[in-house]
Amino acid sequence: MSVHAAVPIITPCDVDFTKRTEYHEGLETIRAAHQVLKEVKFTPSLPQKGYNDRTLYVDLTTREIREKPVTQQMKDLFVGGRGFGLWHLWNAVTPATRWNDPENEIIISPGPVAGITQYPGSGKSLVVSISPQTDIPIDSNVGGYFGPLLKFSGFDALELQGKSDQDVILFIDGQKGIIRVETAPLEPADSHVLAEILTRMYAENEADRVNISVVCSGAAAEHSLIGMLNFTWWDKRRGCIRLKQAGRGGIGTVFRNKKIRALVCRGPVIKADLNHPVDFETLAQTGIKLHKEIRTQDNLQCKMRRNGTAHIVEIMDAYDLLPVHNFQYGSHPDTHKIASYVWEGRCSQMTSDGCWYGCSMGCAKGADGLVLKTGPYKGHMVTVDGPEYENAAGLGSNGGVFDPDSLLELNFYCDTYGICTITYGTLAAFTMECYQRGILNKERTGGLELTWGNAEADLEMMHQMARGEGFGRIAGQGVKKMKELFIANGWGDPQLINDIGMENKGLEYSQYLSKESLAQQGGYALTNKGPQHDEAWVIFMDMVNKQLPTFEDKAEALYYYPLWRTWFGLMGFCKLPWNDVAPADNNTTSEPAKIPEHVQNYLALFTATTGIKIDVETMLMQSARVYNFQRIFNIRMGKGLRVHDAPPYRAVGPVTREEYESRSERYDKQMLEEIGVDPAGKSIEEKMAITRKHRLNRYSMLCDAVYTRRGWTLDGVPTMARLKELGLDVLPEVVAIVKAHGG
Amino acid sequence: MIQVNGDPLAWTPGLTVRGVLQAKNYIFPMLIVTIDDCRVERADYESELIPDGSVVQVIHLLSGG
Repeated sequence: MSVHAAVPIITPCDVDFTKRTEYHEGLETIRAAHQVLKEVKFTPSLPQKGYNDRTLYVDLTTREIREKPVTQQMKDLFVGGRGFGLWHLWNAVTPATRWNDPENEIIISPGPVAGITQYPGSGKSLVVSISPQTDIPIDSNVGGYFGPLLKFSGFDALELQGKSDQDVILFIDGQKGIIRVETAPLEPADSHVLAEILTRMYAENEADRVNISVVCSGAAAEHSLIGMLNFTWWDKRRGCIRLKQAGRGGIGTVFRNKKIRALVCRGPVIKADLNHPVDFETLAQTGIKLHKEIRTQDNLQCKMRRNGTAHIVEIMDAYDLLPVHNFQYGSHPDTHKIASYVWEGRCSQMTSDGCWYGCSMGCAKGADGLVLKTGPYKGHMVTVDGPEYENAAGLGSNGGVFDPDSLLELNFYCDTYGICTITYGTLAAFTMECYQRGILNKERTGGLELTWGNAEADLEMMHQMARGEGFGRIAGQGVKKMKELFIANGWGDPQLINDIGMENKGLEYSQYLSKESLAQQGGYALTNKGPQHDEAWVIFMDMVNKQLPTFEDKAEALYYYPLWRTWFGLMGFCKLPWNDVAPADNNTTSEPAKIPEHVQNYLALFTATTGIKIDVETMLMQSARVYNFQRIFNIRMGKGLRVHDAPPYRAVGPVTREEYESRSERYDKQMLEEIGVDPAGKSIEEKMAITRKHRLNRYSMLCDAVYTRRGWTLDGVPTMARLKELGLDVLPEVVAIVKAHGG
Repeated sequence: MIQVNGDPLAWTPGLTVRGVLQAKNYIFPMLIVTIDDCRVERADYESELIPDGSVVQVIHLLSGG
């Protein structure tokens, strides 16, 4: 396959967003090498009231392809999306199953409301698997067209089990009613090339490209545990594929371990009523209301349409919450170099940046015209999806990288190599701090000088990860396994290594500094899948607004928000249109943080789609069933107890002298006022020890309060009484696990 | 002296809501401001004077990825 290489560097203001290196000249050769291993016909269908009532099951070992019914009990207990994924996974695995066992599955499921085009942020899918990083279920929420196209082809979920003996593509043609497993011997590994080729290969003509979505990973997913999945959509205005990521937990690694090169879905031409809702008019009116709100309020509020989530880079810095140098500090003098106004100038400002039809928020920004300086695509001109906030913070400030071009290049290679930007950012920052403190050195890294801000070494570590070589391969095992290795090798003080390795349950922290917010410490570590902010982001409520003064207040927030946000994952909604814009009169409501009008919107959308009337309490019960089921699933897999909810100390308080000294006024004041100890005359080490004991004790008290509020034992096990409230006592194995653990 | 989100802040004559936000470096755009439980509209941040001894609450709505 040939490519057009070496496009001249041009300044951002001159960027032609239709111009980039193209990769499709070898397409016919690649197509000709495919062999059909299995082909079955099916009857395409459209959902009725949001459901098709069938799952597509594929066994990659035997190449069995069949339909499975979606039962009423599944809908009643698990609703859809993440709920369906967890239920399918529960039935597929045993407590002994590990990520690379054939019985492990990858399940992709949109929810019953997913695919509507009337309301912004309604095209999400949830991806569920046993994680190679955590050994428990991981769920990842992703945009792109695949989930809705799968649904409008006739399936509420895709369940992938087994392992192929050679690289394959699974093609689902929802227009012709054909499912094929094809060999893929010549396909390139990396997503930006592969997805471009496959979109053109499976579309019947240029107009058909919008009906194609590809799921794929990249070279680094094959050599690491942190692989992610890219979900594509065809960007008509740019004339290229765009990528959205199911990032967390290593699902891309599972995908490549099953030797899936790609999933390709060709769905029908999208129309407004494909879900066959019971009340289309309500969907339309609710959507119009939010479109108007975004049009009038977004420029006054978060400017999501111009900057996407990167709008909070400088905000997090101002509030001392931006992770800097492996979460040691919360701000940096160079943050202005990666602030939102920098990205606003780098991202082509267009109107088609929604990752599903009808999203007027359109926050999926694209930075066009980047000419790569390193790696296998050196000299190529590419469009980078992002940077989103997490990428700018994780790949930028957390590793001390404040050069926008380098940050974009890190972002690009994470995406195309198929690794999670959040995970990579946190693990790279960990290696840099280990380098700073002598735990690593040039000899141990094979020559990589992992000093803060050394983007060249950072990129080389990533390229090594993609090649499966050198220290990059070690880093690709993630922070947890690096900690174990460094300690086993005697490379440093075990307590220090454990304190600064920012992972919980095996998953790396996402990019917010939690150490000054006890509630957010719980928001991260008292999660089901590990420390991802998509359960509860309560830092402002707790640390800035001081609205959660008591343990009970914090526990209430850590009850409500995880359930509320779980609900998005059951339905197929994006979180961003919920609270990154608010009605003009939101400040007159009794609970403005919850954005009450938007809550009512979501209730209306669910009822208008399914015909099932619910209120807020029912909504929380829908989530609570799935949330508690996932907790019990963790217990079934050998985790999910109090001991597994312990955060690394860096997430709780100052580990080093430098950290303490950077906030000594705050810490000394807390010691005097909260602990009742006069810091005068005490050494830094003494003060750090006193602070540590106090903060860990408070975290333990938070666990007690949260477990109690959630209806769990003090060991973190849902009680039988809670199971009965939720209706989960009809599942005998669930009951047996709870009883065996004293619930 | 006034209280802002529970913390003391020095009061000066002519102190406005905007002055408090600048003093605290509160740059987040989605805020709800109250002075002694009375809500202040965004359009009045520049002009609304804060009396000495006031209790000011600056509620930041949730955001995050």
